[in-house]
Parts: sequence; C-alpha cells; structure tokens
Amino acid sequence: MLTFLVSAIRLGMTFLLGSTGETITEKSGHLNLGVPGIMCVGASCGCFVEAVYLSTVPVRQEIPLLAVLLPILAALIGGALMGLLFSFFTVTLRANQNVTGLAITTLGIGISNYIIDKADDYGRFARATKHFTAPLVGEEVVEWFEEIGLGWFGELFLSYGIFVWLALAIAIGTSLVFNRTRVGLHLRAVGENPATADAAGINVTRYRYVATCIGCAIVGLGGLSFIMDYLNGQWEYCVDTIGWLAVALVIFTLWRPILAIFGSIVFGALYIASSRLTTLGVEMTLADKELFRMLPFAVTILVLVVTSIFSKKNQPPAGLGLPYFREER
Amino acid sequence: MMPTKKNHIPLFHLTKRDPATLTWQYRLGVRIAAVVGGLLMAGLLMTILSGENILDVYASMVDGVFGTSHRVWTSLQSVAMLLCVSLAVTPAFKMKFWNIGAEGQVLVGGLACAACMMFLGSELPLPLLLVVMALASILASVIWAVIPAVFKAFWNTNETLFTLMMNYVATQLVAYFLKVYIKDGSGVMPVMKQYGLPVIGGNDYLLNVLITIALTVVLYIYLKYSKQGYEISVVGESENTARYIGINVKKVIIRTLAVSGIICGITGFLLVGATSHTISTTTVGGRGFTAILVSWLAKFNPLVMALTAFLVVFLETGAGQLNTDFGIPSEVSDIMTGIILLSIIGCEFFLQYRIAVRKNRKEEA
Repeated sequence: MLTFLVSAIRLGMTFLLGSTGETITEKSGHLNLGVPGIMCVGASCGCFVEAVYLSTVPVRQEIPLLAVLLPILAALIGGALMGLLFSFFTVTLRANQNVTGLAITTLGIGISNYIIDKADDYGRFARATKHFTAPLVGEEVVEWFEEIGLGWFGELFLSYGIFVWLALAIAIGTSLVFNRTRVGLHLRAVGENPATADAAGINVTRYRYVATCIGCAIVGLGGLSFIMDYLNGQWEYCVDTIGWLAVALVIFTLWRPILAIFGSIVFGALYIASSRLTTLGVEMTLADKELFRMLPFAVTILVLVVTSIFSKKNQPPAGLGLPYFREER
Repeated sequence: MMPTKKNHIPLFHLTKRDPATLTWQYRLGVRIAAVVGGLLMAGLLMTILSGENILDVYASMVDGVFGTSHRVWTSLQSVAMLLCVSLAVTPAFKMKFWNIGAEGQVLVGGLACAACMMFLGSELPLPLLLVVMALASILASVIWAVIPAVFKAFWNTNETLFTLMMNYVATQLVAYFLKVYIKDGSGVMPVMKQYGLPVIGGNDYLLNVLITIALTVVLYIYLKYSKQGYEISVVGESENTARYIGINVKKVIIRTLAVSGIICGITGFLLVGATSHTISTTTVGGRGFTAILVSWLAKFNPLVMALTAFLVVFLETGAGQLNTDFGIPSEVSDIMTGIILLSIIGCEFFLQYRIAVRKNRKEEA
C-alpha cells in the first residue's frame, strides 16, 4: 500500500507540473493543446543534455548538482521555446489556438523522438536518475525515521527526490501569484477579458507571451520528471498520453493549482492502479487489467459531466481560446 | 511634442481585411506560397540532418510516394483513409464543436465490425454479413459520437476533453475484448480475409478509394446545398443567431455528431472489413488527430480536403522513404508535417490582416 501511494505521488507530480503549466497558460486566455508535444520536448531535451553531460565526465564522477540542474534547465528552455513558437502563432499571427496546439503536438512528438534517437545510449541518462530520486531532505533523515519506528512516515512524506518538492513549490507559488499579487490579477484580467485589460493599460501581448512561455517551461519540466523520476530514466513513448491527461486535469481541478495537488495524486493513483493492484493481492485477469487502464479516462469524463451539470461558478477564463485583436469590436 | 514613451507609434500597423475584398488568386497564392515555403523549410531541415543534396531529398520523397504502381496504390489508400476520417470530423468542426475523438469513434466502429466478423462470420452468408458489419460499425460509431454531443447540447460539457478521453476508453475497450475473446491469449486477432469486402478491379484498395470519393461528394453536397448543412453553418457562426431564427441548436448539435458518427463508422468498416481484416488498438493509428488538421487546412471544404490529405500522406510516406534511402529517422515525418502545418496556419494571418508600415512615423511622433 505504501509503495502504491508513493508511486502515485511520484507520478502525480508529473501531472501536477503539466497541469500547473497549462493552468498558467489558460489563465492568460490560451488553450494550449500542444501540451503533450511540449512535454515530450521537455523530457527529451533534458535526457539529451544529461546524456551529453555524462559523456563528458568519467563514469561515476559526475557532479550531482550539475547532473540535476543541467537537464532541468534544458527541459525548461525546451518547453519555453515551444511556448514561444505557440504564442508567436496565436498572439502575433492570431492563429486558431486549437489547430496550432495540435500542430505543436505533432511537431513536438517528432522533435522529441528525433532527439531521443540521438541520445541513443539509453543507459547513459538512466545512470543519472539516482541524483533525481535521492531524497532531497537527505538519506539520513529517512533512515532516522526508520530507526525510531516511523519508517512509513519517512517513506510517505520525505523519501522524494527533487521533482516532488519542485512541483509542490511551483503549484503553491503559482496559486499565490494568481491570488495575492498584482501580476496574478492582471494575468487573470487578460484571460477573462483582454479588451478590458488592454483598456486598463495592461500589455495583453506581453502577458500572453510570458505566461505561455513560463507555463510551457513548467510543462516541459513535467515531461522530464516523468522520465527521470517516475520511470527511473527509462524512455517510454507514452509521454504524450500523460500530457493529454494533464490537460484534462486542468478542468478536473477547476483552474486551481492547489486543488491540482490532490487531483494529480488521484490521477497518479488511477493511472497506476492497473499495474499495481495485483501486487497488493487483488486478483485480476489480463483482460481486467485493460479495463482498469480505462479508469483515469473514465473518471475524467465523469468529472467533466458532473462539473458541467452542477457547477455554474467554476468556469474557464472567459477569453479562453480567443485571439485578441485590438481593433476588433 | 516630445516623443515620450506613451506616444510610441508602432512601426507596423495591423488592420483587418474585409474578406470580400480578397481575390481568389490572392487567397490561392498565399496558400501555395505557404505550402511551398513549408516544403522548402522541411527539405532544408532534412538536408541539414542527413547531409544529402536537397534535390535528392525531394526526389526520394516523390519516389516513395509514386515510385511504383504498388506505392501509388498504397499512397492512394492512405489518402482515402485519412480523407474519410477528415470528412467525419468536418461537420462537427463547421459547427465549432471541437471533436478530437474521431480516433475513438472510428475505432469502436472497427471493433463492432471485427466482432461481427468473428462471431457471425461462419453463420451468415457473405452479402448479408457485409451489410450487418457495415450497420454494426455505423451504429457503434454513432453511439460513441452522440454521447459527448448530448452532454454538450444539454449541459455545455467541454467537448474537446470529453471526446479526447473517449479515445482512450475506446482503445482500452479494444484491448479488453482482444484479451477476452482471443482464446490463445496473444491479444492478436487473426486476419479474416474470407469475410472481407470483395476485391474489385484486381486491386485491394480500389473499392476503398471509390467509396471515399463517393463520400466526399455526398458530404460536399450535404454541407453546401442541404438545409441541414446550412443549419450547421449558422450554429457554427453564432448560436444566438441560430436560436433567434428558430433553429433547434440542441437538435442540430446531436444530429451533426450523428452524421460524424456515420462517416466514422463507414471508415471503421473500411479499415477493418476491407483493409486489415483484423483489429488492434493501433488500427486507426493517429488519423483521428491528423484529420483535424487536414479538415481545418481545407477550410472544411470536402473537395479541398482531398488535396490536404494528400499533402499529409505525401510527407509521411516520403519521410518513410527518406528513412530507407538516407537513414534519416522516420520520426522526422512528424517534424516535417508540423513545420508545414504551422506554415499553413501562419499564412492565414496574411489573409485576415493587412500590415501597413508607418511611413510618417516622425511627423506623428
């Protein structure tokens, strides 16, 4: 049970990063369906830089800080660049956001597959995974809890590597920025009604560009966390599915990063339910497993339906998906 | 007056174009320029990646698509199938209903078709079986497409995510049934060519292509000349207007998605019953997503869609050939497709806006 929860949380943080990034983007009025592609790009850029870095230093002599920071930077930059591309089309060229997003997804998946093909020595970046998953609070603390008989506490709350803490910090930070700062207020104004925001002297173009780039950088980071933390450095071609679920999670959590913390753990649990329940002693045929894989998607549909029927208050930003052209009436 | 920051006059000035003032030559010119520009960029990228001459790159792609009569037919088949899915999503998109679930809608159609082949194949005479297969496919797809439509119509449920999630549910459903009913446990359905559509004209794909052409024409007429097609356009332009002139918006949404479902069902039937004669979770192979772009690029015009579908297939097949000829990883087809799509998406800007460079900047400041 404990390992199940821990895995759910570790996977959940990928969802959390993805959905927080997309929430920031959506708050500026951008519906970015390019998230799956951007997640792939972030993941592959991170892995590629890791592979390059590790190939320049002798085996086992890499500096842990660099081995962690360089890929994270690469993932952020990769994501931000894709975000820049997206906003160039949707803000400057005022293109349709849905189609641009889908094209970005196609492009992103292509780019990431190509990059990962180049970083072909898979074992190479897998070697670095221990630097990501090592408890950030220090091995000693976790062991100390084990000694005093509270091993489960240490395992459940403190055993996580850098990504879990990073994701939590980003989600909480984003929520604070949204609700407690002027920048957050302006951002929400831009997403709700760009014309009014413009009239109030807020630079709509700048806000949309910056919010999208930051959001996409975080999404890219989410992709890297999936590979380096949850999958322990094993590349899998399913990053895009995770990306789609992250988009769904934004609606699931009503555009609130704090709610997303819990929502993402639930999603994490649902996603791994099919493979982990058997280890918990639940009898399942192979066919049942396939049914269980449906869970996160079926639950998302259920939530969509329920929120749309009962909630009139928690609506997406009013300007979501619409390009803004100042001279249009 | 002092030029302060507040009085900043931008170098460029954008104005919206009146669509009526655009000549068709201009529209066509911009779009062709976009495609050519995109192809150039993609070709350059390939040249950089592989170190081959750019002309060789294009030659290799053309060879991959048209090289032999077998290749021509394979390409035609790919175009036909992609076009079918694109046709299916078109009515919904015209109504601004963002259905990204064509993948799942086609897949359940294929599943129903495969189920008929497995369980009724030995019991019914072939002509009757084919009819049952087609009807079952259509029914399954219509159900799959109408579910999100009903929720959209009555409770305004976000259709984009709803249909997207239905894709995964459909995929898992196929995986489930394959595990349950394939007795050897491999999860692979045997190819049942004996229950497939007849081969006409000595070519496996001719029938698919003909049916697709017929579908294209029918949908074009439906959207352009029928009352229902007109209602779709009105709802797409403005739901309020539609309501005001007495169109039952809920009914139109549900009916239109049923039409989408019918075409998806036919596609599923063709993919399973006439092409692969088996089903797997990858039978649709991402066409549901590509179709959205194909449809949008053609501005929802079924006839133009044949061209845009061909463009996408050309890139995919061509990239495959680049892989065999020059060892460029086949994944780059996605990159090329992405680049060309973005360049076409970007060109819309030049159709909608006019850029004027301010000449009298200094005087105004």
